[in-house]
Amino acid sequence: MQQAVAANPRPSRARSSPGDAIFAALAKASGLLVLLLLGAIIVVLFLGGMKAFRAFGPGFLISDDWDPVQEVYGAAVPIFGTVVTAVLALAIAVPLAFGIAFYLTELAPTWFRRPVSTAIELLAAVPSIIYGMWGFFVVVPIMAEYVQPTVIDNLGDLPLIGFLFQGPPFGTGILTAALILAVMVIPFIAATMRDVFETVPAVFKESAYGLGCTTWEVMRSIVIPYTRVSVVGGIMLGLGRALGETMAVTFVIGNTNRITSSLFGPGNTIASLVALEFPESQAGSLKLSSLLALGFILFVISFIVLAISRMLLRPRLKT
Amino acid sequence: MSATTFSPGAAREANASRALGRRRYRTNAIVKVLCVLATIIGLAFLASILFTLLWRGVGGLALSVFTTSTLPPGSHGGLLNAIIGSLIQTLLGAAIGTPIGLMVGTYLAEYAQGSAVGNAVRFVSDILLSAPSILIGLFVYQLAVSPFGGFSGIAGCLALAVIVIPIVVRTTEDMLRLIPSTLREAVIGLGAPKWKMIVLICYRAAKQGIATGILLAVARIAGETAPLLFTSLGNLNWSLSLDKPMASLPVTIYQYAGSAFEDWVQLAWVGALLITFGVLAINIAARLLLRRAK
Repeated sequence: MQQAVAANPRPSRARSSPGDAIFAALAKASGLLVLLLLGAIIVVLFLGGMKAFRAFGPGFLISDDWDPVQEVYGAAVPIFGTVVTAVLALAIAVPLAFGIAFYLTELAPTWFRRPVSTAIELLAAVPSIIYGMWGFFVVVPIMAEYVQPTVIDNLGDLPLIGFLFQGPPFGTGILTAALILAVMVIPFIAATMRDVFETVPAVFKESAYGLGCTTWEVMRSIVIPYTRVSVVGGIMLGLGRALGETMAVTFVIGNTNRITSSLFGPGNTIASLVALEFPESQAGSLKLSSLLALGFILFVISFIVLAISRMLLRPRLKT
Repeated sequence: MSATTFSPGAAREANASRALGRRRYRTNAIVKVLCVLATIIGLAFLASILFTLLWRGVGGLALSVFTTSTLPPGSHGGLLNAIIGSLIQTLLGAAIGTPIGLMVGTYLAEYAQGSAVGNAVRFVSDILLSAPSILIGLFVYQLAVSPFGGFSGIAGCLALAVIVIPIVVRTTEDMLRLIPSTLREAVIGLGAPKWKMIVLICYRAAKQGIATGILLAVARIAGETAPLLFTSLGNLNWSLSLDKPMASLPVTIYQYAGSAFEDWVQLAWVGALLITFGVLAINIAARLLLRRAK
């Protein structure tokens, strides 16, 4: 009884402790700072691009000009390049990432899973610029000497799709950039797929095995239907990553402001154009404003893609 | 039973089902082989990158790389200023971003369960985690470079700090959530105020996990190039002042790798070797730490 009386004032003192109020306010302020940060990035990029938006109007989005001499700028080519390289990268990365995730969750011996998993995840840790150098000094020569000439000779004359494989084999270009991007996003997609595949209740899989299903049939008719939404979320995460990659793409895409129909043709992306043109733009110039406007567009695109990815992933992975 | 088994129709059926079985097993085998192949291809990419770095970089490794600053082509320069600049900006960026990320993670795990603001903060932090880093460079350029009339090391630190925040938020929140609520209740039951419970007990219990997040953040920003192009710009001279352009390893690699000079390209490979193995070592260390934490 005496103890209870003695202890009684304590909780109330704890509740009114000034340290508590300060700490809680600090935590909440930090949380709000993150919201502010996102808002500030959007506003700052938009205001920076204001001059270009005003000068070119909505035509900025569909104009394929980039002429520093005449001061005429348009966003069509880099937007096209950004989307095409990212989508092509996914076309290459998704099957590989799926194979890796399938191998890691169902096929690999247990002791072998962790080292392979770690190695694949380390691909995500390699800095972007290293991919650029590796792409430029290793992949580009291989593409120029072997892959592109062979493909051009064999597929370049096909009706309907032949135009995709024409042009001189420089080694650089849209496809090479997509290939490097694919390698960069494989670890993200594979890791997400592996994690969601592991959320499938063992009972479901065991029931299917009990009915005589093969491993692949369990994958196809139990695991994939169960995790479909999250798998798409993982792919969108990879897409979000691929859209904004800068250094690696800058090294290998050829950096030409032209829309080419060939996969081997040079091009650019928003990020590579900004990285390359920025050093040559004066503060306050229309060119700098156009680059900031491009940055704003890229931010909006990646925001949408990443937001979708997160909404799809959230129910399954509690992150 | 035997009568039906030997009827021609059932035999055909049995044959058909055996054929179906064969096809199912063949498909299964093919898919398995393809998956193993995909994994080998993934690992081959990593091996190819590491091998290329070793092959091109090790030859240029010399003591002078660490004792000499960048010099004009042909005069046996090193990477000293770039290495020091990278260390300063990485550590300072992490030092600015970590406390903020830690507090945000604490807010999410300890104060904002289920609240709308908390969900919004978590959502935005996740977006920032994957947002293109080049845009963070442009953002800091507009805020901290353009108004003050020049590129500066501190602007580089700020850009890197923005990248650090969401990484630390994610791991801090995850790790604090792993702490059993009975531990919290015990501490509160002893009469400790909530902030003491968090700082003295929760942080201590989640120490290794939080350290993992910080290490991963350091590894990530150590290799960042794009945001630094617009903020600290790079500097080929020796300079330690934070209000002037500052060299960094990734930006120097970028400048050197694209140059036409043999010795500069060689130095770029040495720099690439250093940064990659540094970053991978930190990553592996972080993983080992995390495994112990869990």
